[in-house]
Amino acid sequence: MTTEEAREPLTIAVTGLNAIDSPGPGMAVIRSLREGLPGRIRIIGLSYESLEPGAYLHDWVDHTYQIPYPSAGTRVLLERLAHIHDRERLGLLIPNFDAELPNFIRLAPTLTAMGIATFLPTQEQFDVRAKERLRAFGEAQGLEVPDQRVVQQVDGLVAAAEALGYPLVVKGRFYEAQVAHTWEQALKAFHQLSARWGLPVIAQRFIRGTEVNVAVLGDGEGNAVSIVPMRKLYITDKGKAWAGVTLEDDALRALAARFAASTRWRGGCELEIMRSDDGRLHIMEVNPRFPAWIYLGAAAGQNQPALLARMALGESLTPLPACPAGRMFIRYAWDHVTDISEFQRLSGFGEL
Amino acid sequence: MQLRRNLATSEDGFLFNPSTGDSFAANPVAADILRMLKEGRTVDGIREALLAAYDVEANRLDRDMADFERQLREAGLLQG
Repeated sequence: MTTEEAREPLTIAVTGLNAIDSPGPGMAVIRSLREGLPGRIRIIGLSYESLEPGAYLHDWVDHTYQIPYPSAGTRVLLERLAHIHDRERLGLLIPNFDAELPNFIRLAPTLTAMGIATFLPTQEQFDVRAKERLRAFGEAQGLEVPDQRVVQQVDGLVAAAEALGYPLVVKGRFYEAQVAHTWEQALKAFHQLSARWGLPVIAQRFIRGTEVNVAVLGDGEGNAVSIVPMRKLYITDKGKAWAGVTLEDDALRALAARFAASTRWRGGCELEIMRSDDGRLHIMEVNPRFPAWIYLGAAAGQNQPALLARMALGESLTPLPACPAGRMFIRYAWDHVTDISEFQRLSGFGEL
Repeated sequence: MQLRRNLATSEDGFLFNPSTGDSFAANPVAADILRMLKEGRTVDGIREALLAAYDVEANRLDRDMADFERQLREAGLLQG
């Protein structure tokens, strides 16, 4: 069934409604879907907390259900999704958090059998871009990834600092990174990041240059259906883009295409790339889902969430040409006012 | 002196490098030079045009043009 053939509105469940200062991608994905898909669609928000702003934005999200945290495992998640599916007849589900993806990947065949389409990377694809494995992947594929050490204890950090020198990038297992210029700073970062995100911590060689991010949509067959490079123009204290502009650069496109070809990536992802002063492109990280700025791609003519939805529903798409440079976004904060009863309903009854 | 192939410029002197996202603001004289470079004029041709348009000594203009070329090169805005 394609979206054009659908008689009833297509109902799409989306996570990542936390449109906060370190935003999840959900609202940008929803905005893209509403603009890019033909016909009527219905958006079901899936939230983890009662104060995810998207749950209260009823022009964008028709109904929101709370779902269990990823640590609760797949069984309770499936029970909750089955309940939501009974009520809403979901046609498609687009998860948007790194930490929840393994559960959704595991459940994907079951969801398909229930009639809920997904378009996710395989567990193997998800694992190959994990921070601790990215360097080995890069070496195997001839892609430049900065030298790094996986650090389990302080002794390992000593060895990593000796091997990689300063400045040294100390990265948490899932999120966050700090640049250490001295041993004391490196040790402090190690303790902070291991306390927050657990072990291991990754120590990575510092690359001086300009950061560029690339949103890539892979078809799972080795093709990058869409490639949208973006340079951050304004970065928050959490390292998030608050303004950015699309770029047009053959080398970035070639790198993204090579990544999609070598992984056969299925779904959306974001390459965090450092262009060093000598012009070389280093892959710093690969996020296994759409970035929070993905609507910029839609505004530049490449609506990756809508394209993903079409592929999830069975269409084959040919790769798009380069997207135009110079489309710019500026994020803004806006106070949405509602009644406390809405908060009560979501936190008390688990839906809104 | 040749500008990068895909460089975007506006008449009022705004430059945008689509490969890097860098943007620059040029003063009116620099904007004139950029416009003439985009038109494919030679450095000698641009020099003649500026000498005719502005009250400036040739030595001073040569120094300023050399300085401007250095700035463009450092910013990665020239070919090669």
